[in-house]
Formats: sequence, C-alpha cells, structure tokens
Amino acid sequence: MNEQDTPILSINNLSKQFGPGCAHCRTGEADRLIKNYCPKCGAVYACQQISFDLYPGEVFGIVGESGSGKSTLMQCLYFDQEVSGGEAYIRTYKNGKVNLFGESSQQKRYIRNHQMGKVYQNPILGLRMGFSSIGNIAEKLIAAGSRDVGSMEARGRELLEHVNIPSRRMKEPPKNFSGGMQQRVQIAKALSNNPPILLLDEVTTGLDLSVQASVLDLIKQLQRELNISIIIVSHDLGVIRMLADRTMVMLDGKVIEYGLTDQILEDPQHRYTQQLVHSLL
Amino acid sequence: MEPILRIENLSKSFTLHNLKKQIKAVDAINFEMQEGEFVGITGKSGSGKSTILKSIYRTYVINEGNIWYLSKKFGRINLAEASEREIVYLRKQEIGYVSQFLNVMPRTTARELVEQAIVEMGNTNFLAEREAEKMLSHFELDEELWDSYPATFSGGEKLRLNIARAMVKRPRLLLLDEPTASLDHASKRKVRELMEQLMREGTTMLGIFHDLEFMKNLCHREYNMNAGHFASVR
Repeated sequence: MNEQDTPILSINNLSKQFGPGCAHCRTGEADRLIKNYCPKCGAVYACQQISFDLYPGEVFGIVGESGSGKSTLMQCLYFDQEVSGGEAYIRTYKNGKVNLFGESSQQKRYIRNHQMGKVYQNPILGLRMGFSSIGNIAEKLIAAGSRDVGSMEARGRELLEHVNIPSRRMKEPPKNFSGGMQQRVQIAKALSNNPPILLLDEVTTGLDLSVQASVLDLIKQLQRELNISIIIVSHDLGVIRMLADRTMVMLDGKVIEYGLTDQILEDPQHRYTQQLVHSLL
Repeated sequence: MEPILRIENLSKSFTLHNLKKQIKAVDAINFEMQEGEFVGITGKSGSGKSTILKSIYRTYVINEGNIWYLSKKFGRINLAEASEREIVYLRKQEIGYVSQFLNVMPRTTARELVEQAIVEMGNTNFLAEREAEKMLSHFELDEELWDSYPATFSGGEKLRLNIARAMVKRPRLLLLDEPTASLDHASKRKVRELMEQLMREGTTMLGIFHDLEFMKNLCHREYNMNAGHFASVR
C-alpha cells in the first residue's frame, strides 16, 4: 500500500458522555434514550461509537444539526475534552501504533502542538485577543519547540501574508480586527507548525457572505498547496459541497450516514439526511 | 475481450421517507460495453436514463445489481461496492461525467477550473496551463472570458466550459448526461468534433442525448428506455 491509501488519522468507536449514567441508560437498549439524553438520570451521550478514517490530502465533511455532537467530536479530537471511550491513531505519531486517547497529558500536548491545528467557530477560543497577531503565531511556534525569535517572526510574517493580513497590521491584536480577519489569523496560527491535520469547526458560521467566501477560498487554496488533511464541521451544506470529497452525517450523537458528498446531497438514504437536504435553499 | 463496463441487473428506487413512498427509477437493467465503444441512451424524461449514469458515477446508491468496471489501476471493480476512496480516485483519473448543469466552484475562473482538473490528476502546473489553453481555444470560448468567473457566462458558454473540463482529462470512460441540450449548432459541432477525437483516442462513452440526429451518426449502439426498462436496442 502506498502512503495515499493509508489513513493519516483513524478513529475507532469514539464515545463521549456527560454524567455517569444509570442502570437504565447503561443497558445499551436502542430506545433507552430520548435523542441523546437519558430521561432517568439526565446523562447526555454526546458521541456514540463514532468511527472514521481521514486520508492524506482529503477534506472530510461532518454535517448535522445543532446538538448532534459535531463539535464535541472535534473537541475530543483536539483533546479539549476527555473521551469516555474509543481510540485514535495518527500515522505520523509513533507509527500510528499508539492510541492517542491513552497518552499522558504531556504527550497529548505534544500531539496537539506538532500534529494538529484547529480553528474554532469563536475566535476567542483559538486566539489571545489582546496579544499581537504575530505574537499569537509565535505562541504556537514556541509550544512546538521554536526558540529563535528571528525565524519565528519571519514565519509569522509569511503566514499572515499568506492569509492576506497586511504586514502593517501584524503587530495589532486580533481584538481590533473584523470577524473574517480574526478567522484568517486563526487559520494562520493553526497552520504555523505545518500540521498534517487541520480541524475546522464551523469556521464560516456567522460571517457575512463575501467574508465567508474569502475564508473558504483560503482553505481551498491551502488544501491544494499544502496537501493537508482537513476535517470540516459545518451545518452549511453549501460549504460541505464546495470543499469535502466525503461526508458523514450525525444525528443525536450517532453517525447515521457516510458517503461521497454528491451522493449524500443527491441520494440521501436516511430520513433525517433527506429532511436536511430538502431544507437546502 | 473483457468488457470495460458490464451492468448486471441494476435496480434503483428512491425511498422518500417524508412521503412514505418508494419510487422505482430503473428496474433490472443489463448491458455491457467494449472499450472504445460509444453507446447512446434515449427515452422520455423520467424514463430512468440519468439514473443509470448517476448510478455508475456513484452519485446514486443502487439497491440491487453489479456495475463491473475494468479499471487501469484496480482491475475489475464493482462500482456499486467499491470504497469511497476508490471512487474518488476513479473520478479524478478514469471516469468523467458531463451534465447539462455546470457545477462550478464560486470565484474560480474558467481557466483555473480547467487547470485544476489536470492538476488533480497529478500533472504539473506547466502542463495544466498549456492543456487548459488548448482546450479553451478549441471550444472557441472568448479569450476575454478565460480569466473571468463562469457564474456570469451564458448557458452555452457554461456548457462548453463544463465539457472542456471533463474532456481535458481524457477519461477512460466518459458519461454524458445530455451535454448538448441547450447548445446552438456551432457549439454542438465543436462538441461533436471533440467526441470524435476522443473516440479515435479510444475513450469509451455512454451518453444521453435528446438530439437524435446528433446521436445517430456517432453511436455504435443505442438503447431506448421506457419506464425504467430498455424498450429497444438498435
């Protein structure tokens, strides 16, 4: 098998629950929950047995309504949340033989800093709003082991130019910027350590159309130039159609459908996916 | 010789959950194509023509049957059961699809659109630039339009661009879903010339055409569809 045919990231049976659960909801019976919620004890099963592979250079889309578990899944992948169960393997980390979720928090930090980048819907989560933009990038570079100020500044400048932040504004903090610019600084920061995997969580939600377009163009361009593997979560089917080759549909914490993006949109199989596609304007 | 495409017992129906209805689109279709053949499908709207093409391209998930395709990379492969990764590869490298609708990326110029198709196959940017220009000028797309966005193009211009994008890859199997539906005579002639050229190069083509005249002098064989079945063969 050649490199392109081996997944860069494999997720097996990832589960995340909030609350300890009770005798009622631990039985595993299909109708024990209302949506993803146990009516007896109030436990929420946010992600249930989620498995998928991400291949080198591909864009993998995740769609689903609010509360379906998309963002929780992304948080688990970036170790923002502790998983309740499941495994994850990255090919470029210890030859893909070690379950990432079982690693120490120090190792997790290493993985985060060297193997992944993440862009949040809300820039406050991904950036330090009061630091300079270039300082934000340096922060991630320092975390990844850089110590040379000159080279960090050069790298920061290069990245910010790449995402069209004018060099005269590089020293300004992101809080001075518009939403679209903040999102672009986040993307530059996420890419600063050349990660093989980029996680994008609703990156265009809440931006106006022309700004949304510039962010999407940037993502498309980066994917083509850097051949980076991207997981993109969105409830906007248009964004998914434009970017993703393959798509997974989530509902109530479960995956209800996988497929090629055009197949999901033109021949959806599941009742909910049909409803979602038919709601498209 | 082993056929490049063999369709066995292909059936496809759509389950519409909200209407609690099942609609049968295509029922137990069988046929095969040899490499280099050009097969046409005719029939009324709604008779299931596009369903066959979309099933082969895997835009539709079929209910029953096999779609055996002879791939350069994978050998004999059932497109109905192949992994999504394999399909993504085949779409980039071997199987092309042209429809009457242009599905363009927003804010991508005509030139970039055609170039991307070539780069996607693993070619250099240099080759892509050259091939894209050749293809765009073949279709007599006004040079002023090359660097503008297709969203503003006329129907005929969009269609020519769409065909150029699929043809520039020189696919092994080309699926044509009424590609000449809204073209004027001059553009049809251009499309035709290019199809003839692809035929000479050995591309296998399966096409739906409304224009029977256009099809007649081009196809080796022709199936007529009615209500999800092949009604006649010529």
